Amino acid sequence: MSKSENISIAIVGSGGAGALTTGNFLLEAACSAGWYGLMTRTVGPQIRGGEAAALVRLATHPIECMPERYDLMIGIDWLNANRFGAEIDVGPHSLVISDPHGGELPAIVSRAGARVVEVPIKELAKAIPEGRANMIVLGMAAALLGLDEEALSALLAKRLAEKGEAAIEASRAGLKAGLAAAADLDLGKRLSPPHASAAKRWLVSGNEMTGLGAIRGGVRFAAAYPITPASEILEWLAPSFTKVGGVLLQAEDELAAINMIIGASFGGTPALTATSGPGLSLMIEALGLATAAEIPVVVVDVMRAGPSTGIPTKSEQADLNIAVYGFHGDAPHLVLAPQSVADCLFTTQWAVHLTETLQAPAIVLSDQFIGQTVAAIDRAADIAFVGQRTKAAENVSAYKRYAVTGSGVSPMAIPGLRGGQYTADGLTHNERGTPTSSEGDHRAQLDKRRTKLDQFTYGDHWATLEGEGEFAVITWGSLTGAAREAVERVRDRVGVRLVAPRLLLPIQPERFAAALDGVKHILVVEQSHGAQFHRYLRAHYDMPSDVRVLHRPGPLPIRPGEIEQAIMEWRV
Amino acid sequence: MATVETQPARKPADYKSDINAIWCPGCGDYHVLMSFTRAFAELGLAPEKTVVVSGIGCSSRIPAYTNCYGFHGVHGRSLALAAGLKVTRPDLTVVVASGDGDGYSIGGNHFLHACRRNINMTYVVMDNRVYGMTKGQPSPTTEPDFDTALSPGGTGLSPFHPLVIALASGANFVARAFSGAPNETANILVEAIRHPGFSFVEVLSPCVTFRPDEREWKSLVHAAPVAATNDPAKAARRIMTDDGFNIGILYRGERRPYQPRMEGQNIDVAELEKDFEL
Repeated sequence: MSKSENISIAIVGSGGAGALTTGNFLLEAACSAGWYGLMTRTVGPQIRGGEAAALVRLATHPIECMPERYDLMIGIDWLNANRFGAEIDVGPHSLVISDPHGGELPAIVSRAGARVVEVPIKELAKAIPEGRANMIVLGMAAALLGLDEEALSALLAKRLAEKGEAAIEASRAGLKAGLAAAADLDLGKRLSPPHASAAKRWLVSGNEMTGLGAIRGGVRFAAAYPITPASEILEWLAPSFTKVGGVLLQAEDELAAINMIIGASFGGTPALTATSGPGLSLMIEALGLATAAEIPVVVVDVMRAGPSTGIPTKSEQADLNIAVYGFHGDAPHLVLAPQSVADCLFTTQWAVHLTETLQAPAIVLSDQFIGQTVAAIDRAADIAFVGQRTKAAENVSAYKRYAVTGSGVSPMAIPGLRGGQYTADGLTHNERGTPTSSEGDHRAQLDKRRTKLDQFTYGDHWATLEGEGEFAVITWGSLTGAAREAVERVRDRVGVRLVAPRLLLPIQPERFAAALDGVKHILVVEQSHGAQFHRYLRAHYDMPSDVRVLHRPGPLPIRPGEIEQAIMEWRV
Repeated sequence: MATVETQPARKPADYKSDINAIWCPGCGDYHVLMSFTRAFAELGLAPEKTVVVSGIGCSSRIPAYTNCYGFHGVHGRSLALAAGLKVTRPDLTVVVASGDGDGYSIGGNHFLHACRRNINMTYVVMDNRVYGMTKGQPSPTTEPDFDTALSPGGTGLSPFHPLVIALASGANFVARAFSGAPNETANILVEAIRHPGFSFVEVLSPCVTFRPDEREWKSLVHAAPVAATNDPAKAARRIMTDDGFNIGILYRGERRPYQPRMEGQNIDVAELEKDFEL
């Protein structure tokens, strides 16, 4: 049996069958044993009765994306599995475990010619009082991966403590039955043992990391309207605020949410909201207000497939246009995009730092993939970025809230400061904040708001730049992980660099030009039907003429193998 | 030794900014501004600890005409902006100024939820039953037969009843005032600002430009014949059956204001990370 650096498992079932629970246990058990890994979920929009799959990939090293094909696929049932289409692929070397009473094998399995083994999963579960099929599946996966039964048993006790002793016993019995059922099965490969490491590791979702980034950055107020796939950010922030201080308000809609955080920030409290595309659409008018009135706020958009309601539970990178171009008027603002589960922390914290420093709103474009993926990561060091707003000093006289300064940033008076009284306004205003329709004031304030963003030094965080060569893969956001894996796979054969801007606005033409110095071929990779990122690059940056674009809409992820293939085919 | 900070007596003029108020000559909003500054002086509010928040429309020009902190935001969202401000800064006095278009039409949903949320702030709606700034279109409180270019022959729609909606949604203080009686309006505002929770004051404020008929209001208004009740059902019945020109405090509720704690439990941010550890 061959040793492998990584192994991937897909657990498929109807909504409510427990596939996601099994995936979570599997991931936590393996990561507790020292491996790295991640689990993404792919579900229909229904809470019950739809389709659900837990996609788990385990590795000896930190890992950020899913593979092209799954090594092991277990179907609790196949009732709705065809709805996944090509999202979950298996190959001829994959092992598929199927319940003979679980419904017809999905087309993707029969087409692939994978090895199919039948195990009566439901019958095994029924033989156990209160037994559940997903625990049988956990046992089988554990057997094939070589996970320790004792450790899994302890994990079940810990995670099911609230459900009582009977539930724990039933799950343990299920685990045992699953282990026995798969004892004679052969996956054909085994994970190499984990590297010993003393580093502290976390098992976290991108949405949780976004929340932590907000709090580390100094955010102490959030207002938001529930929306998939952003709600976990709010559900993590609300109880966390009660511990460290701060408040989350559930707003009546996204129009209220954005205005609430503008109000809180006006009062001096760093503030954030989290939403998805439909909510961002509703927030755009007030984001223009935050731009004009120079109020720091962060809006996290956990992107899902659009337009309109789209596919609420599945990922896409198609809100770039609205984030960059959605505002009416000339409205310079910040747009950032995290590149992995772990990077949600850094990028959100940096966004808080930037919005507070520059008094301009920041949009953070996360997406369903990194937002809801749970991954084992090395503990993120606490970076020094906290909100540092330039505030008006005590005893101000003839205070000008929107004074034109060299940096473009004007000291902000916070209510309570005597002599600092001003009216924040979305109307064009003069340096004092008094509404005006004069050409001169309008231009001066537009200049000022442009200047403050353009003059700021953003440092090396603006992009991920890796590798050397005449070939560049340019991507952004959650596809950075897949692009990185592809670049690493071809590195021995082709000189390739990876360029992934984390800061999308303001644009960084000089840094971009330096990053591409000597590059002759560019492959742009993005998850958007309209190639929004490619058009954004074309609009703002000089690129060599030899550019190809690998783009498609969600929810079918772009895998590292496709990027690898696109590079290699081009080279031939 | 404890010291007591004494405040000099304040005059209404102390609350006026140096920006000249501009509305149409004869507009009721001039008097509402006067009532604001009189009420603030009566309460001795510190201008730097008072915030006047507004949306868009004639009424919403008020913040810049005061010497307080102000926010002139987008159309219809003043209550939401004020909620975020007051929850995070309970030390501030927050007064929200709006009109019948801003507050009842585009901002209608926020009105319901502000009443329900019952945050300690005062909401003053200058109702002139018309969109003034966009030149005379019908608003949610316009009579059904009011003939305009946008609604030839009238809308045919029943006007919205803001005071009853406020009561039904949970507002803790409901009053009706008339701009032409600035002292009475100031007194009502004083009571509204003092009253805990969400206080709603509808001010009948004539638009003499697009609704010259509203000049008649001064002969129609009259003091409410009975004192305010703390029974919302009784208040609703009175308001539903009065003639719409009953001026005074109509309801004083006893609901506890919503003010979540901004202070945490002194738990360090690093503690939050413990849940993440493998």
